[in-house]
Amino acid sequence: MTDPAHARPSAGPSAARPPHPWRDPALRPVVAASVTLGAAVGVFAISFGVGSVSAGASVLQTCVMSLLVFTGASQLSAVSVIGAGGTTASALGGALVLAARNGVYALTMGRRIEGRLPTRLVAAQLTIDESTAMSVAQDDPIAQRAAFWITGLSVYVFWNTGTLIGALLGTAIDPVTFGLDAAFPAAYVAMVWPQLRSPRGRWAALIGSVLCLALVPVLPVGVPILCAALAVLVGIPPDHSATQGITP
Amino acid sequence: MTWTLVLALAAGAFASKAVGFFLLAGRPLPAVVDRCLALIPAAVVAALVVKDTFSSGQHLEIDPRALGVGVAVVAVWRRAPFVLVVVLAATVTAVARQAGWR
Repeated sequence: MTDPAHARPSAGPSAARPPHPWRDPALRPVVAASVTLGAAVGVFAISFGVGSVSAGASVLQTCVMSLLVFTGASQLSAVSVIGAGGTTASALGGALVLAARNGVYALTMGRRIEGRLPTRLVAAQLTIDESTAMSVAQDDPIAQRAAFWITGLSVYVFWNTGTLIGALLGTAIDPVTFGLDAAFPAAYVAMVWPQLRSPRGRWAALIGSVLCLALVPVLPVGVPILCAALAVLVGIPPDHSATQGITP
Repeated sequence: MTWTLVLALAAGAFASKAVGFFLLAGRPLPAVVDRCLALIPAAVVAALVVKDTFSSGQHLEIDPRALGVGVAVVAVWRRAPFVLVVVLAATVTAVARQAGWR
């Protein structure tokens, strides 16, 4: 793959930056963060691989699912429905609802990731919770793009490697024993933090969280996150303070 | 598990990513839409935090994850590096479970 972060030199404040943004020392924390996240994802991938094979999928089906679907919550939900004796249609329905949130992330990322069509199609495939959240935590557009690619590729490699290991070995490491189920919300705390600098960011975060928690018990899994996006409507009134934390 | 499910899920999952990715890309939008889109990360990532901390499936619950994520909030507030934030949260959660809190 060509280096997508500088596929198209961009004008504006970023033009004065060095030509290899991925080697920018300022990105080292992003690389460390994306490898940390990737490692946590890898352990979940092992348990997905184990669960998928024990639900009756072949090793090849399990690996193809991780390579092509590449959105963990959807894959886990499909496998658990099939494992519980559900139909293909019911497994597909629930998993696609869960996958829909990536479309919301893609609304944001599609406006930030540049490049030719093949590059952008790869970027679309890498648009998931982790890559989006890591990207939006950065301040300038070059760092946002680099963080997206670094995290997306790191998670892709770890997710698929872990899936293969789990599917072949068939012995689960229970991520819960190591507290890894808390690793993801903790990572999201760090990622959402910069969004809370502006009053509107704080309102959107508060309303999104409350909406999501209020709807968890009454709506199918995956839908509350979609509804949380309605909190962006706090952006409707004109902004007089001009202190928005992020550059679109 | 059928190949139909694997491939239909792959197609559907990619379609929702691609539709979002290309729907608004490269076109100027009214300022009000831009302002709202800029708030998607705040709204959705904050919702991911509370969902992954306080829910399992359709159930709300307070379990050791809440302690781990609480420690993470303090760590982020004290400007701890990302890796430390994540490792602290996982360790605190694991230790709380070892101590018998489920």
